[in-house]
Amino acid sequence: MADKSQVCSVWVGSETGILKGVSLSKKQAFNFCEMSCLSRDQEVCVLGWGDEHETEVLVGSVNGTVKTFSTEKGIFTETRQCGESTQGRFTGIAVTDSALITCVETGLLRVWKEGSTDTVEINAGTNVCRMRQNPSQRNQVATGGKENGLKVWDLERPETPIFTSKNVRNDWLDMRVPEWVRDMSFIPDSDKIVTCTGHHQVRVYDPASPQRRPVLEAHFGEYPLTALSLPANQDSVVVGNTHGELAILDLRKGLVRGCLKGLAGGVRGLQCHPSLPLVATCGLDRFLRVHSLEDRSLQHKVYLKSRLNCVLLSSKDLELSGSAVTGDVEEVKEEGGEVDEVWDTMEMINDQAKKRATDEEEAVVPGVEKTTKKRKVVK
Amino acid sequence: MDVVEEHDIQDKPTKKKTKKPKKQPKPPHENGNDSMIEKTEPEHVDAPAEFSFPPTFSVSEIKNKQRRHLMFMKLKQEKRKQKVAMKKKKKKERDALGDKAPPKEVPKTIENQRVYDETTVNPEDEEVAFDEGTDEFSAYFNRLTNPKVLITTSDRPRGRTVRFCNQLATVIPDAHVYYRRGLALKKVIPQCIARGFTYLMVINEDRKVPNGMVLCHLPDGPTAHFKVSSVRLRKEMKRRGKDPTEHSPEVILNNFTTRLGHSMGRLFAALFPHDPQFVGRQVATFHNQRDFIFFRFHRYIFKNEKRVGIQELGPRFTLKLRSLQKGTFDSKFGEYEWVLKRHENDVCRRRFNL
Repeated sequence: MADKSQVCSVWVGSETGILKGVSLSKKQAFNFCEMSCLSRDQEVCVLGWGDEHETEVLVGSVNGTVKTFSTEKGIFTETRQCGESTQGRFTGIAVTDSALITCVETGLLRVWKEGSTDTVEINAGTNVCRMRQNPSQRNQVATGGKENGLKVWDLERPETPIFTSKNVRNDWLDMRVPEWVRDMSFIPDSDKIVTCTGHHQVRVYDPASPQRRPVLEAHFGEYPLTALSLPANQDSVVVGNTHGELAILDLRKGLVRGCLKGLAGGVRGLQCHPSLPLVATCGLDRFLRVHSLEDRSLQHKVYLKSRLNCVLLSSKDLELSGSAVTGDVEEVKEEGGEVDEVWDTMEMINDQAKKRATDEEEAVVPGVEKTTKKRKVVK
Repeated sequence: MDVVEEHDIQDKPTKKKTKKPKKQPKPPHENGNDSMIEKTEPEHVDAPAEFSFPPTFSVSEIKNKQRRHLMFMKLKQEKRKQKVAMKKKKKKERDALGDKAPPKEVPKTIENQRVYDETTVNPEDEEVAFDEGTDEFSAYFNRLTNPKVLITTSDRPRGRTVRFCNQLATVIPDAHVYYRRGLALKKVIPQCIARGFTYLMVINEDRKVPNGMVLCHLPDGPTAHFKVSSVRLRKEMKRRGKDPTEHSPEVILNNFTTRLGHSMGRLFAALFPHDPQFVGRQVATFHNQRDFIFFRFHRYIFKNEKRVGIQELGPRFTLKLRSLQKGTFDSKFGEYEWVLKRHENDVCRRRFNL
């Protein structure tokens, strides 16, 4: 189990409660679930990294439990009860300084500290759709929902948000424009926040500027936008809607740069890789797809049998294979064993050339080494 | 004569062709390319070897309709002759070889060339079994609810659609037809749930003909939107039997292999009561072929153990799935599990979704 989980570069949570790990280089998908007792109330709502080194995955379920899965050991190490199912589904999960932050649909944002049972609670309004953490300033979180505008909270001052957005002006009929924030993201190297709405708008807010209304507004499609992610370098954003349409929008002018094709069902989870121009999407059509952002082509497509709710990419360098090959389901242990033997023999040959002292270092970092060696062998 | 003919060949030899469809003596073909034989046979009369073919001449370039027709007929006859000759030759060879003959070649059809779909359900798959065991239809398949269907149409239906709805109501047991009266579906649905309906079927009409169907499974279930075509009412059926009785029919679901196909199959199965009444000898068939679902309703009778007679009763129509939406009907804000995207589906003729 441990070696399977160490290879996985993409983690996906499904509606049946199964955490799935996908290794794109080996083109295999593995199911990690506790025993064979599955039930619908263990449906995975949110996934998050438990620590900065991406060795722990936090899995939030509908029944209010947050499980910690260790990628190195390949098992669920901890389960905590963070609320009941009556309080609504989890809409966001994050970690700061050994404290766990969870937010549910009814707007209850809680910070669970290690060791102590009392929590810092913030009421973020009703009908919260998403909560996200600022990756550069870890004590800031943003929340937004249906008729609940974007609010940025500082966890050290839980009474009032540090930024509350204002709705746009009335439209040309002088009617209030409805707002429905579905997903948001903090733009790195600045204070700005991008949100996507259920009324197919993408808005950029700037807390540093005096105006609380959006600085930029763009439209895409006719269907609610459900997920959003920022790619590594450019000032663009990738959004997905309920019809399975994925688009890359430019944030300078608010125009559509291009669409990614292939999805047939609503997008539930979307994440761009931190350094490579790749984006992983999962949705209701039971497929995990990885597209390349440069030429907008499909790189990988994996069938995962259950409807997928959320996706988590690791920062490990993903092997970019030339053609889009479908992933095989389930592990084949014998194949893994043979591959390991091949790598072991490779290492042995190299060891004789290098000093013996460096043996241990090589063993400790097998993953990275293996990928580079693989490239040499293939090419 | 040869000189004249050469000139003629260069500029489309129409002049020398008369109305007599006689076959003119064919020059030897050995010098020509095989591909040019078809084109050049009818028009070039004993052309000298070097001159064999006027380049890119085809029958369609003859302006005179009668002559063109004659040329074309000749071409067809030639082709047919060749085909018959080939067949005879093959049959002879086959008979000559006797038992050692190679097996007969199976003709390629789009169905047997179908691209393998990775979402095809494996019957032993536990995860899919769990998924199906706990999805929205599980209440029906665990025998907790009985189906009750509400059939309605789009606003102001015309005669054909009304008759279609009435006939559907006789085919599906416990179905009730209601007039739409311009009501919004989102308001109709909570009322249906309150009255214990399990399905809402809305037949959409365009230009006096039914052309769409929205099938919504009620408590919180998926909504499927279909395109309906080829509707034949009972009057238009040839050699049909008497009207269907009140007995519950058996249900046959053919060829729903992929995961999406499974969902569709369960959607159709949950329309009918659990236990068919075999006394009634009626059967409803949903046959999927190339993503089109054909609905037929028959009455059968066993003449002896091996022979069955069937009579087609009831309406007949074809469905094509356009979208499957999770949750009850909400076309603007609902999440779609599957949407038909024509451009993406038209890329490969051998790939199907159901």
